Amino acid sequence: MKLERKDLLGLRDLSREETELILNTAIPMKDVICRDIKKVPTLRGKAMVTVFYENSTRTRTSFELAGKYLSADTVNLSISTSSVQKGESLRDTIKTIEVMGFDLMVMRHAMSGTPHYVARNTRMRVINAGDGANEHPTQALLDMYTIKEKKGTLEGLKVAIVGDILHSRVARSNIYGLSKFGCDIRVVGPATLMPPGLEKLGVKSYYSLDEAINGVDVINILRIQRERQVSGLFPSLDEYAQLYMLSPRTLARAKDDVLVLHPGPINRGVEISSELADSAQALINEQVTNGVAIRMALLFLMMGGGRDEITY
Amino acid sequence: MVLREKHAIMDEMGMKRALTRIAHEIIEKNKGVDNVAVIGIRRRGGPLAQRLALRIEDIEGIKIPVGILDITLYRDDLTTLAQQPQVHRTEVNFDINGKRLVLVDDVLYTGRTVRAALDALIDLGRPECIQLAVLIDRGHRELPIKADFIGKNVPTSRQENIEVYVKELDGKDGVVIQEIIDS
Amino acid sequence: MRLLIKGGRLIDPLNHIDLIQDLLVEDGKIRSRGYQLDDSGCEIIDASGKIVCPGFIDIHVHLREPGFEYKEDIASGTRAAACGGFTTICCMPNTEPVIDNEAVVGFVKEKARKVGVVKVLPVGSISKKQAGLELSEIAELAAAGCVAISDDGKPVMKANIMRNALDYAKMFGLPVLSHCEDLNLVNGGLMNEGYYSTIYGLRGIPTAAEEVMLARDIILARLTGGHLHICHASTAGSMMLVRQAKAEGLKVSCEVTPHHLTLSDEIIDGYDADTKVNPPLRSEEHLLALREALLDGTVDCIATDHAPHHFEAKDCEYELAAWGISGLETAVAVIMDKLVRPGLLDIKDMVRLFTTGPAWVMGLDKGSLGEGKPADITIIDPEMVKTVDPRTFKSKGKNTPFKGMELQGWPCMTLVNGVLVAQNGEIVLDI
Repeated sequence: MKLERKDLLGLRDLSREETELILNTAIPMKDVICRDIKKVPTLRGKAMVTVFYENSTRTRTSFELAGKYLSADTVNLSISTSSVQKGESLRDTIKTIEVMGFDLMVMRHAMSGTPHYVARNTRMRVINAGDGANEHPTQALLDMYTIKEKKGTLEGLKVAIVGDILHSRVARSNIYGLSKFGCDIRVVGPATLMPPGLEKLGVKSYYSLDEAINGVDVINILRIQRERQVSGLFPSLDEYAQLYMLSPRTLARAKDDVLVLHPGPINRGVEISSELADSAQALINEQVTNGVAIRMALLFLMMGGGRDEITY
Repeated sequence: MVLREKHAIMDEMGMKRALTRIAHEIIEKNKGVDNVAVIGIRRRGGPLAQRLALRIEDIEGIKIPVGILDITLYRDDLTTLAQQPQVHRTEVNFDINGKRLVLVDDVLYTGRTVRAALDALIDLGRPECIQLAVLIDRGHRELPIKADFIGKNVPTSRQENIEVYVKELDGKDGVVIQEIIDS
Repeated sequence: MRLLIKGGRLIDPLNHIDLIQDLLVEDGKIRSRGYQLDDSGCEIIDASGKIVCPGFIDIHVHLREPGFEYKEDIASGTRAAACGGFTTICCMPNTEPVIDNEAVVGFVKEKARKVGVVKVLPVGSISKKQAGLELSEIAELAAAGCVAISDDGKPVMKANIMRNALDYAKMFGLPVLSHCEDLNLVNGGLMNEGYYSTIYGLRGIPTAAEEVMLARDIILARLTGGHLHICHASTAGSMMLVRQAKAEGLKVSCEVTPHHLTLSDEIIDGYDADTKVNPPLRSEEHLLALREALLDGTVDCIATDHAPHHFEAKDCEYELAAWGISGLETAVAVIMDKLVRPGLLDIKDMVRLFTTGPAWVMGLDKGSLGEGKPADITIIDPEMVKTVDPRTFKSKGKNTPFKGMELQGWPCMTLVNGVLVAQNGEIVLDI
């Protein structure tokens, strides 16, 4: 079993077997990062670059660390939108990076589909680190890893995703990933932040938090972006918090051993109460650790040899 | 790769005797097993290490720690392999610092696996010493590596392959020599 | 100069002709038709097995000249039209400068006369600089030869400007071509809002963005009695509104594009910017509604909305890519292969939608094979199979989502004023 693809752009077209391979490979990787010597020589001589057109601390750091733990040379490139406006086209930027000799590029971009465009136009392998409202596959993989580590399995779990589903790449990737394992997925949020056609994905939509989290094993809380309020999609953060903030009180309808996930960074008092964020049920910090393991697994699977590189 | 079985080198009893002898040698060389632990190299070194520990317990009445080492992340041939190997966990649930470690594998050939295993072990801590026990030494070393305990020396050609079967993984015990007739 | 087109199937919807006959052209005009016409002294075109039609008319073309000659110019655009089977095209005014005065109209007409290979009829703008604030000098535009007015490329957001345009243009008998799009509802959208916008994570454009504006314009057509023509209608709701307006007797007409009739939003998978077009490709149910409206007379004509772009404008992030499809050279083959061949559209209806339909919308005395008419003729080879290869396009715009598709049924000869200008996708008469 191997990852039969040049790039990892999303979980939508990833098979269940490939998904399992990534999750299983992350287990020994997590062992490595829990050791005193957190480094293995596996990717010596490989070079990767993280190219972020959107701000991110945790995802970029996580990829960088994952590369370093595996002994790959890792370079970070932050591209502000201002230099884009100066006129270099994305195509030219990518070509420049490619001829520097990188084997793999990790890309984040505010515009959906940009990593797909880049992947088509470079010999480098591309990992999507979040594109617009489309996908954030490594976040969903680390969420799934975290759930599986705690629950032993993903099979048939009831998972609620709460918040701005319309604009959330985390929600999409989680829906694609979890549905491969027969999870009962519910989404809940205001009608203005709910995309059309979810029922075709086998996802149930709710407006009531109480109803959505009734009996669930996992709640994944999305970060609410303040810009959404400004653009008129909901009246105020206060009203949002009234309806959708998770707290020990609103959590009552879920199972007693419910896991609470959040991709971070959190808005305390908006989508999650401080009390819940700091409780043992919230796995926010473990998610971050597991994120490094998941990214190590992917880097190994994509750059760790064992394939005829020439065919790409 | 097409292989044809040439003949058996060891049967179940032969393997048992070889492991018993190695157990005695380990005890003798280390003057007891107070500070000794065995670590098998995945995959077939694992069951062999378990059996050596049991044999030592039979003889000395002392349970020694057993670990399993996955060397995938330390291999030097990843880029040349046709198939990427799957990474498994290293299960060494004891502190190896200051321990006298016996590394266990089924076949010693080029020495590259042992090289990788030594690197992997050293990333886990600083043992007092590392010794090497193998069931079969088939020669053709490519690195300056030598076993401390050997079940059987089997001179082979590079056109041959040694296959070790263990009950835990293969349902039977035994060692056979195979001829590579088509690579 | 006599030319005999022999043995083809003549389809002339205006004159209710569908016969296998010969067609005689003399001095650039249709002379006569009949069985086994005398071919002595004639140049002969063997049209057996082919379909001989009045020259096709495309009322929605962006020629880009003046101002954007790197995307297209009148020379390349008219060559693309000829190869695509069109003998007359109407060009949209969103040029630089905008076609909002006599001088620019004159420039386009003169340039087309000099370097064009098909007939070019300019459309003037509704508002000065297409800014949507003040009416263009419509009388001047009409006098200079504009056949319609439009701010196409963007909507007329101010209802009173649209009302005045419909009122004013009716004095000159000009249709007002409306690009129906409520920009507030579009709100940065990139594709049709629905299941696939959810799947692909691209901001959606609701069908309501088109329909709200279309409904407004129909109400204004009722108020003013002006001729409202709906450009590139793309939704089931739009079809319903146009159908109602027609039933009510309003002077409302509408066009649909080959791409909206044949491609759904599912193909945006992979984010190829050649699929990015405004209005966006819709979902399957809208495709079906458009096809139904083709048959019941709700749709008056098929128009390409030919929107050529420089390749760099499409070779980039989906969100940043330009909108539009280079359509002239695929339109006929797409309709032939996707609608006529499977039996979804009768060939006679197709010919009507490319000839008498657009001629009626624009008030043109064109689109028939009647005796004495200019011999603008399109000949289609229903058997020809070809794979769409944008590199062979005469248009500078290679942007087409049909690339790589194998299609059957292509225009094989295009005659303008009795002169063969294009054959099998190549220009034969150059000027």
